[in-house]
Amino acid sequence: MTTAGSASSSPAPGKPLWLLAELTYRCPLQCPYCSNPLDFARHKTELDTADWIRVLREARKMGAAQLGFSGGEPLLRPDLEELIAEARQLGYYTNLITSGVGMDEARIKAFKTAGLDHIQVSFQASDEALNNYLGGTDSFRHKYEMARLVKKYEYPMVLNIVIHRQNIDQMEDILRMTVDLEADYVELASTQYYGWSKLNEAALLPTREQLQRAEAIAHDYQARMKGRMKIIYVVPDYYENRPKACMNGWGAIFLTIAPDGSALPCHAARQLPGLEFPNVREHSVDWIWNDSSAFRKYRGDEWMKEPCRSCPDKHKDFGGCRCQAFMLTGDACNADPVCDKSPHHAALVAQVEAMTSRPLPSPGEKPLVFRNTRNSKALTAES
Amino acid sequence: MPEPLSASSVPKISPLFRLQWEEAQNCHVLLYPEGMVKLSGSAGEILKRVDGQNSITGIVDELKQQFPGVPLEADVLKFLEVAHDNGWIRIL
Repeated sequence: MTTAGSASSSPAPGKPLWLLAELTYRCPLQCPYCSNPLDFARHKTELDTADWIRVLREARKMGAAQLGFSGGEPLLRPDLEELIAEARQLGYYTNLITSGVGMDEARIKAFKTAGLDHIQVSFQASDEALNNYLGGTDSFRHKYEMARLVKKYEYPMVLNIVIHRQNIDQMEDILRMTVDLEADYVELASTQYYGWSKLNEAALLPTREQLQRAEAIAHDYQARMKGRMKIIYVVPDYYENRPKACMNGWGAIFLTIAPDGSALPCHAARQLPGLEFPNVREHSVDWIWNDSSAFRKYRGDEWMKEPCRSCPDKHKDFGGCRCQAFMLTGDACNADPVCDKSPHHAALVAQVEAMTSRPLPSPGEKPLVFRNTRNSKALTAES
Repeated sequence: MPEPLSASSVPKISPLFRLQWEEAQNCHVLLYPEGMVKLSGSAGEILKRVDGQNSITGIVDELKQQFPGVPLEADVLKFLEVAHDNGWIRIL
């Protein structure tokens, strides 16, 4: 879908095919790798039902087809059923991305009536104690029960398990659990190091040996479960030599609407400096996508520097992730240092090596920073 | 491994997928958790007749009426086999 023409071009924007509706930052869990921003406690306001319905209609008109209800925990919104019904009626494929906490059989049934297409349930581990420790909530048994009910009501089910140093050695057990729960898809999502997980990275980044063992097990299950369960294993990009095609390009297909109505090209983009993210309370989705400076900023390739500018892969990986480039090099226009063409790559490799050659810090020595309002406020006050 | 399809097989769209006409793409699409397959014109014409009642023979007959004189039997079967391998359809 790349446009032919001059080598350096600002192509006409595509369609926002993927709309991620982060309905709330409130969450009963406290996972120390949460993808919500560190300062989530400062963004307390939430769009109301009418605002969301307007956003859904406008984005659908522009070609959005996939809709994710996410958060925080979207189940905390009492209007979720109403939003699902509206979305389904508009023709969206509706995905509910949930921890399962706050769900019960009556609600699963009500979602079905509303037309919900798919439910994704997250687990923090396959072991009850570790799951509950990482989530900061006694949720394991409830999640298990909810996953069973999701299948009972014949939803396609994705199980999502964020993988990191503390649960990666349980890979076999995790996959056994997903088979037992009859998942249709399993996402083994390696922690990405932004925000909360960046704070905790020394306790989360797996070693290369751990990763190799886990990959072998995942590949074995992929082969064994072919045609019955699809297993997607996203390995930590810190161990790669080429960057991920982050968000499939900035402002290319993804549109995230944060709880307060801020429109973001990706849910981590709030950490980038110098960008003013437009709000759906003040602007139409059409203007935000097509005309706002935030969405145009890293669209296409004109913003690129070397080595990206002359790289033959620039339309394949788009120079990687802007947030990662900013975090690790101080300039979001630089190549993502995961790329071995980046002059910052060697420093990243050394940093990863140093971090993973140390033993896992004990909770007493360096406690995990859990994602909760208290920590969010404390961290934000410091900066 | 999936069974080979025959003319009397009755396919239906897998519950993991949803088929719909997508105006913005100007084609039929299959939607599934967090993804979308865009279908060619002929694939869309075939799959929209897959309803869990119609056998493959029935689907071919309907297509012949709509597109008279086009030899399509082998192509329909071939496409449905691909669709089956991809998990888009199930055989009742």
